Amino acid sequence: MLTDAEWEALTLSFRIASVGVACALPFAVAVAYVLARVRLPAKTLLDGVVHLPLVLPPVVMGYLLLVTFGTRAPVGGWLLETFGIRLVFDWKGAALAVAVVTFPFTVRAVRLSLEAADPELEAAARTLGAGRLDVFWTITLPQALPGVIAGAITAFAAGLGEFGAIITFVSNVPGETRTLPLAIFTAIQTPGGEAQALRLAMLSIALALAGLALAELAARRIRRRRGG
Amino acid sequence: MVLDVAIEKRLGGFRLDVAFAGERRGVTALFGASGSGKTATVRMIAGMSRPDRGHIRVDGATFFDRAAGIDLPPERRRVGYVFQDAKLFPHLSVRRNLDYGLRRAPAGERRIAFDEVVGLLGIEGLLERRPHALSGGERQRVALGRALLAQPRIVLLDEPLAALDAARKAEILPFVERLRDELGLAMLYVSHSLDEVVRLADDLVVLDGGRVRAAGPLVATMSRPELRDIVGVFDFGAVLEAAVVVHDDRYALTVLETPGGHLRVPRMDAPPGRRVRVRIRAVDAALALDPPVRASVVNVLMGRLTAVTPELGPGATARVDLGGAELVVAITRLSAERLGLAPGVPVYVMIKAVALDREEPARPRRRAPDRA
Repeated sequence: MLTDAEWEALTLSFRIASVGVACALPFAVAVAYVLARVRLPAKTLLDGVVHLPLVLPPVVMGYLLLVTFGTRAPVGGWLLETFGIRLVFDWKGAALAVAVVTFPFTVRAVRLSLEAADPELEAAARTLGAGRLDVFWTITLPQALPGVIAGAITAFAAGLGEFGAIITFVSNVPGETRTLPLAIFTAIQTPGGEAQALRLAMLSIALALAGLALAELAARRIRRRRGG
Repeated sequence: MVLDVAIEKRLGGFRLDVAFAGERRGVTALFGASGSGKTATVRMIAGMSRPDRGHIRVDGATFFDRAAGIDLPPERRRVGYVFQDAKLFPHLSVRRNLDYGLRRAPAGERRIAFDEVVGLLGIEGLLERRPHALSGGERQRVALGRALLAQPRIVLLDEPLAALDAARKAEILPFVERLRDELGLAMLYVSHSLDEVVRLADDLVVLDGGRVRAAGPLVATMSRPELRDIVGVFDFGAVLEAAVVVHDDRYALTVLETPGGHLRVPRMDAPPGRRVRVRIRAVDAALALDPPVRASVVNVLMGRLTAVTPELGPGATARVDLGGAELVVAITRLSAERLGLAPGVPVYVMIKAVALDREEPARPRRRAPDRA
C-alpha cells in the first residue's frame, strides 16, 4: 500500500515524535510542578519562556536550535567534541526539535491537572508518614496522571506534524530527518508528485484523528476509575 | 504528659496564642466557634504550618520547639489526622488507603492491627472499593481507620463530622466512641458542636478569638462562667454524669441516678447500669425555696446555692451545689432579690428539660497503653 520511502517517512515520524516527547516528559512534569506548586519570584518569566515555542514561528525555533546546537555553535560543538554526538542532519536533532516545540503542550496539560488536584491530599499523605519525594511519587504524580497522558498524546500528535523547526534545524535528509510533513513538502515540490502528496496528507489526517481519539479514550478511562 | 502545647502565630490580622496540656489519654475536645483558631492549632500540631514561637510536645516527643530549633516534618510526627472531608486518595482502593500509613509506620511501633481496625469500623465489605464509590459516612470511617493504622501518637480529628448530615453523624459517633474506649489512644477532637463534645470528651479546651478561655475536665469546665459568653445564653448549662436505673414504660420515661438525685428523662434505649451524660441548660431550670407542689415539672432536685452572679441586663446566674455536682440556673435579678437568693440558701431546682448527650458504655479500657 505504501512505498518504501513512504514507510520510511512514517516510521521515522513515529520514532522522532515518540523519542522527543518521551525525553521532554520528565522535564515538562518538573516545570509544571514548579509552576503549579512552588512560589517563585520569576514565575512569570519561566511561564513565558516555556510558552515561547507556542507563539514563535517554528522557523525561528529551528533557527535558534541551529545557532545553539549546530556543530560550530557552543552547545552543539561541545556535544560533538565530548560525546561525538552530532544533532544537525540527524534524526536525534529532529527529536530535540520535537521535544522543544511540543514542550508547552505537555507543561500546560500537566500543570492544569496539578492545579486541579487537592493539595490537602498531599498534606494527608505527609501526616501518614510519607516524605516529600514519597508523596510526589505516590500521590502527586498519580493525581496528575490524566494530564501527563493527555499532554503526552497531544504532544506526540503535534510532534508527528512538526515541519518548520525540523527542516530549519536538521534539514530534509531522506531516511534521517524526512518525516511525514517533510515528505509531503518534497512530493509537492516534485513535478508529478501531487498524488503522493495527497496520499501522505490523508495518512497524516488519519494519524492526527487517531491520536486525538486515543487521548480522549485514555482520559475517559482514568475519569471512570476515579469516578470524578 | 500526653499533650503539651504552647504556641503563638500571627495569621494576617489574627493572633493565635494558645497553651494547653493534656495529662491523660482519652479525648480532649478543642471547642470554639468558627474562626476561633481550632483548626489553625491542630494544623500546627500536625506540622502543616509552623508556629512563630512556642513548643509542641506529644507523648514524650518534641514536635516543635522554637527555642531549641526543633521542627519535625509532618511525616516524622506520626499524628493521625482525620480531615473534615476524609481526604481519601482517589486513585487507591480502600485497602490501599488503609495501608498507606501502616506500611510507613516503624515496624516496632505497629500496635494497632489492620484486621482489628477494619472490624472496629465495620468496613470489611468496602476494602476493594474506590473512595468515590463510598457514602460520606463510609468515607469518614475509612479515613478514621487510615489515621489509626499509621500507628499515631495522637489522633487529631478536625471537625470529622461537620460535613455529614445528622443521620451520618449518628452513624459515625458510636465508632469514634469505640475507638476511644477500645484502643486507649490520645485524641484531640476539634468541634464547634456542643453535643459532640459533651458526648465524646473527657477534657475540654475552649478557644475564643485565638486564645484559651477555659480548660479542664469536661464536666467541671462546661459550667464555668466563661462558657456563657461562648456558647450563648441559651446553650449554657451544666453536665451531670448519670446512670440508668430503671425504665418506666407506662409513661415512656427512664429514671437516671445523678449526684443530685433521680431524674426522669424520655425513654432511653440503654440497659440499667449504663452510664450516660446529661446536659441541663441554665434556661431549662428554675429555682424555688419551697418544694413545688401541684406543678407540672417532674424533675426537682435539692441543693444549696453557692453563688448568684448578676449578668448584663435582667438576668443572673445561680449556681447550685447538689452534693458533688453543680447546676447552673438562669434567673432574673428581680427574683434573686425577691427570694433573697444568696450563697448558702437551700433551694429546689426544677428542671424542665434534659439534653441527653452521651451514652457511655462502662469503660473498661481494654488495652492498657504500653507507653507511659
